[in-house]
Amino acid sequence: MNTAILDPKLAPPFREAVLPVLRNPMLRKNVAHATEVIQNKRARLVAEKTDWEELREAGSAIRTHVLENLGAYLLQFEERCTAAGGVVHWAGTADEARQIILDLLRQENATEAIKIKTMTSAEIQLNPYLEAAGVTVHETDLAEIILQLGKEEPSHIVVPALHINRSQVREIFSRTMGLKDLSDDPKELTGAARHYLREKFLRVPTAISGANYLIAETGAVAVVESEGNGRMCLTLPETMISVVGIEKVLPRFQDLEVMLQVLARSATGERMNPYTSLWTGVTPGDGPQRFHVVLLDNERSAILARPKERQTLKCIRCAACMNHCPVYRQTGGHAYGSCYPGPIGAILTPQLMRMHHAESLPFASSLCGACYEVCPVKIDIPAVLLDLRADVVNRERKQAKRAFDLMYIGLRIANTLFSRPWIFHATQRLGRIGLRLFTAKDGWIKWMPSIGGRWTENRDLRGLPDQTFHEWWAARAKEQK
Amino acid sequence: MRASLFITCYNDTLFPETGRATTRLLERLGVELDFRQGQTCCGQMHANSGFRAEAFSQAKRLIRIYEDAEALVIPGSSCVAMMRDQYPGIFEELGNESQRRELDAFLPKVFELSEFLVDKLHVEDVGAYFPHRVTYHASCHGLRGIHLGDRPFKLLSKVRGLEYVALEHMDRCCGFGGTFSVKNPEISQAMLTVKLHDVLSTRAEFCTALDNSCLMHLGGAMHRQYAAMRTIHMAEILASTEDAPAEALA
Repeated sequence: MNTAILDPKLAPPFREAVLPVLRNPMLRKNVAHATEVIQNKRARLVAEKTDWEELREAGSAIRTHVLENLGAYLLQFEERCTAAGGVVHWAGTADEARQIILDLLRQENATEAIKIKTMTSAEIQLNPYLEAAGVTVHETDLAEIILQLGKEEPSHIVVPALHINRSQVREIFSRTMGLKDLSDDPKELTGAARHYLREKFLRVPTAISGANYLIAETGAVAVVESEGNGRMCLTLPETMISVVGIEKVLPRFQDLEVMLQVLARSATGERMNPYTSLWTGVTPGDGPQRFHVVLLDNERSAILARPKERQTLKCIRCAACMNHCPVYRQTGGHAYGSCYPGPIGAILTPQLMRMHHAESLPFASSLCGACYEVCPVKIDIPAVLLDLRADVVNRERKQAKRAFDLMYIGLRIANTLFSRPWIFHATQRLGRIGLRLFTAKDGWIKWMPSIGGRWTENRDLRGLPDQTFHEWWAARAKEQK
Repeated sequence: MRASLFITCYNDTLFPETGRATTRLLERLGVELDFRQGQTCCGQMHANSGFRAEAFSQAKRLIRIYEDAEALVIPGSSCVAMMRDQYPGIFEELGNESQRRELDAFLPKVFELSEFLVDKLHVEDVGAYFPHRVTYHASCHGLRGIHLGDRPFKLLSKVRGLEYVALEHMDRCCGFGGTFSVKNPEISQAMLTVKLHDVLSTRAEFCTALDNSCLMHLGGAMHRQYAAMRTIHMAEILASTEDAPAEALA
């Protein structure tokens, strides 16, 4: 059973959260295998595009332009969507969004709803809220069904059940659907899910979705998916409620040309995602006849107001950054304590919390830069991580608890050394003598106390040499004279 | 040609042999090298830990020390990446107009060692001899930060006697990440375990790189595990000749 806490307000710091994960070989193998498969698929499809860098540049330019003109495009979207028969609601906070959605469901007398996979609903923790209010929610995305039935939490934004393997899926389906003879053959597993879903599709007239894009020019909402279950939710129900972050808007229909190319290749390593659904308001006799869009701010305006961190909102949720992240590949998503894991989560989650929670996340990176290299809209994630680290330090260094924090003390001392070479050199000489205490006969340090012990836990450190470089240089200069 | 050596704080303290090798190599190639005793650190540790004001003051110091240098050679790719990737943002945030002008004048003079050899000296065959099986780890900052590209391979391919063996997943991080390795030691070690598996699978005698920080991490684990491999900075391979083999071989 899963014990992950995906509420940034309650989740433990990253260093604590990784411990159970690192001791879970099955989870780590599942994550490593799945990310490797997606990485390789992506690499092949990116390599076949001769204009990949230009596409990234275009994707980045479109998203940057949107953020610089967000207000105007949102108003345009509202106008066009309304004209086409949709109803647009504005939600400032997660709480407002949940309330709006519940009110709409009550107007419909809905006691059940089917759902297209949406991370935004996970962000506002919609399912538990609706369940508590007496509305039963049925996920329809295969991975989301696995999680819902297995009482698991998502560990990835595109492939939420990436940490679960086939035989675990078999176990969950067999247990919750009462299918004793189910094998772990993918065909049988998807068959079981199809059977489970069909009944819901035919019975439940109310659906909830997120969106990949909003088109300002036409008022259309776009969802891309692999299975077609989202398309079913757009076909059979009478009512559709879409909850969408305000940053998801694109200016023109034509912009999809760029965005769909970079998204599919980056996310799943496909030339085109199998199902791309666009709907504009309400069309008589076709699809849901009542359509609502809940535009969610939930701290996005605050991020928008921060010039250096604003680029966080360019994200199109492709998850390439997490698939390529050497940290995520070891931990999977749960350690990030948020529905947005990996590098993008490490910058998005703390900002969604106004930096009052999840402040260990900006430090959960070796700054290797793989995320930036693969980001299809060129979000400089390492740069934002560094900005957020500086934010955390600027706030914390004034706090009394940091007065005794060895990391803070060490960095202050280091700065003094680096500012005055003669003290730096004296400390090098002192260190040479002091560290002798810990240096074995072979010249290596195998144990150090305190923070040093975090290094020597499984690595040795070579003892300090008898001569620093600058001493060698000075001695050589003397000889040459 | 005249150039100044910035040795970096950790090379000075922990890996002076890399500095000695860089000196030997560049002087052999006819470079008139100077070294300034006042240098300490580029500020990377502080910048990466969120101590931006301290990083800024160290950066200003460094630039002042090398104000009149013709070229700055640095055998440490992450320090070069710090200067190119982070200095501009830090100076934008904390500096004034004249400091930013000083930075603009400074940055074009900065060369990572392999850049200096290939781009500035236009030499790929440095006359080195190193008869060993060697694999190369492309440190993250060298690869993705300052885009060293094929320079390291050009240099290694001309070393006589050297048998190069490619490293699977060469582009993947070793898990060091500066203070990351002690702030998040468990995950850092998990990354190291995976990386070390690839490195040891090459069955090379030496793993080389253009940055001692990754090598300190990998080498520390190799030593702990009594692995049949050692780490060596590429400067030491390039400085090595038949008459004066690398210090690591002594």
